[in-house]
Amino acid sequence: MSGNAGRVGAEPRTETDLDPHGEVTVDRVALVEELAGAEASAGHAASADVAEVALRYGDDALVLAQRLGDWITRAPELEEDVALGNIALDLLGHARSLLHYSGTHDGRSEDDLAYFRDEPDFRNAWLFEQPNGDFAHTIARQLFASTYLVELYRHLEQSTDATLAAIAAKASKEVDYHRDHAVQWTLRLAGGTDESRRRMIRAVEQTWPYVDELFRDDELAERLAAEGVAPLPSSLRPAFDVVIDQVFAEAELARPEGRLAFVVGGRGRQGGHTEHLGPMLAEMQVLARSHPGASW
Amino acid sequence: MPSDPASRAAWEVAATVTDPEVPVLTIEDLGVLRSVAVDDDGVHVELTPTYSGCPAMDAMRDDVVLALTHAGYDHVDVKLVLSPAWTTDWMSESGKEKLRTYGIQAPSGHAPMREGGPIRLQMAVKCPRCDSLNTRELARFGSTSCKALYECRDCLEPFDYFKVL
Repeated sequence: MSGNAGRVGAEPRTETDLDPHGEVTVDRVALVEELAGAEASAGHAASADVAEVALRYGDDALVLAQRLGDWITRAPELEEDVALGNIALDLLGHARSLLHYSGTHDGRSEDDLAYFRDEPDFRNAWLFEQPNGDFAHTIARQLFASTYLVELYRHLEQSTDATLAAIAAKASKEVDYHRDHAVQWTLRLAGGTDESRRRMIRAVEQTWPYVDELFRDDELAERLAAEGVAPLPSSLRPAFDVVIDQVFAEAELARPEGRLAFVVGGRGRQGGHTEHLGPMLAEMQVLARSHPGASW
Repeated sequence: MPSDPASRAAWEVAATVTDPEVPVLTIEDLGVLRSVAVDDDGVHVELTPTYSGCPAMDAMRDDVVLALTHAGYDHVDVKLVLSPAWTTDWMSESGKEKLRTYGIQAPSGHAPMREGGPIRLQMAVKCPRCDSLNTRELARFGSTSCKALYECRDCLEPFDYFKVL
């Protein structure tokens, strides 16, 4: 992910050799490691619990960013290519900070974590790895994901862990725009043509079962909540429901009922995944694994 | 801006670096340059990214190192800090004016204006060329994360709007 890793060990050069946008003397620059914030760069390493929760959040962001990047050149209109690409870029920024911080626990870099872990080591919830489907599926996934992330980061800003709080304060304002984007499209698709409405309803029905996993507590979540490090996932659900109900009311959509209202038993936080994650990781990781340490 | 003369001189060098995407704005105008301090170890610069994933940050960081190296400083260390989080409220008034002259509408209003429910009223954005309020949003995300794409219905020109963050 650190594309600008640069050329290290360059000979000292005279002033005339310096080209403002050519070769840069990166040996004078403290590279990537400081992105996670003051505390991490000061040598503060994440505890085992904090590293694990940062991995959960970081993997959610990384996997969703990779999915969204797939729309580039394939979105319904050029502006949407750009919008989804920019949303993916924000998420990749969150993933970099979170994975870097997680890696301070055992000395792994953000690239080690992104490219050199296998499927059972990923901790993202199932919602984020679901395929793009048609555009309505992507919008339904974005609506649920960004509404969850808005509530998560808003609470995480108050974390007793200064690095998580700093990352969240930054991300909070960005995911707010992502939610805005998803809400506008939900309204437009649901209130558009018969065909767009039919597809939006189907997408909501097929995506809804993955929502539940986002708000499931476990022992780690309870320990971190007790220390004020991270909000208890279940505590975010009421605010999520209020927002979704408001959007659904405006879009004349409804939460799935009856036989459609089931939930999947997502095990993403423990490393169990749907069949969709593996192929996505293969594509995401192949370059880094074929050419370890490559930079450009 | 720092108070001691040595740090202030280094600040003035760092402050000449411009945003590679919006070359009329310096990193000082943007509010991206947070601090410059000179001590026995060298120059320490703190920058804050506009957006978490902003790819221009690497270029800005390299340009700060280059600018200070050119000015004769050894041992330049540039640190990216996330906290406090960047906001468009830090953009200077002269920076906003430069943006408009360049053809990008500056952020209107302050960051707290974005509070509220999920379904938001869109405020009209003024065309930076003809000042008309008769404009429409084409895309929430424009050529970069920080901008939205608009079109003026009077002079018919498309333009970028720097979003409030």
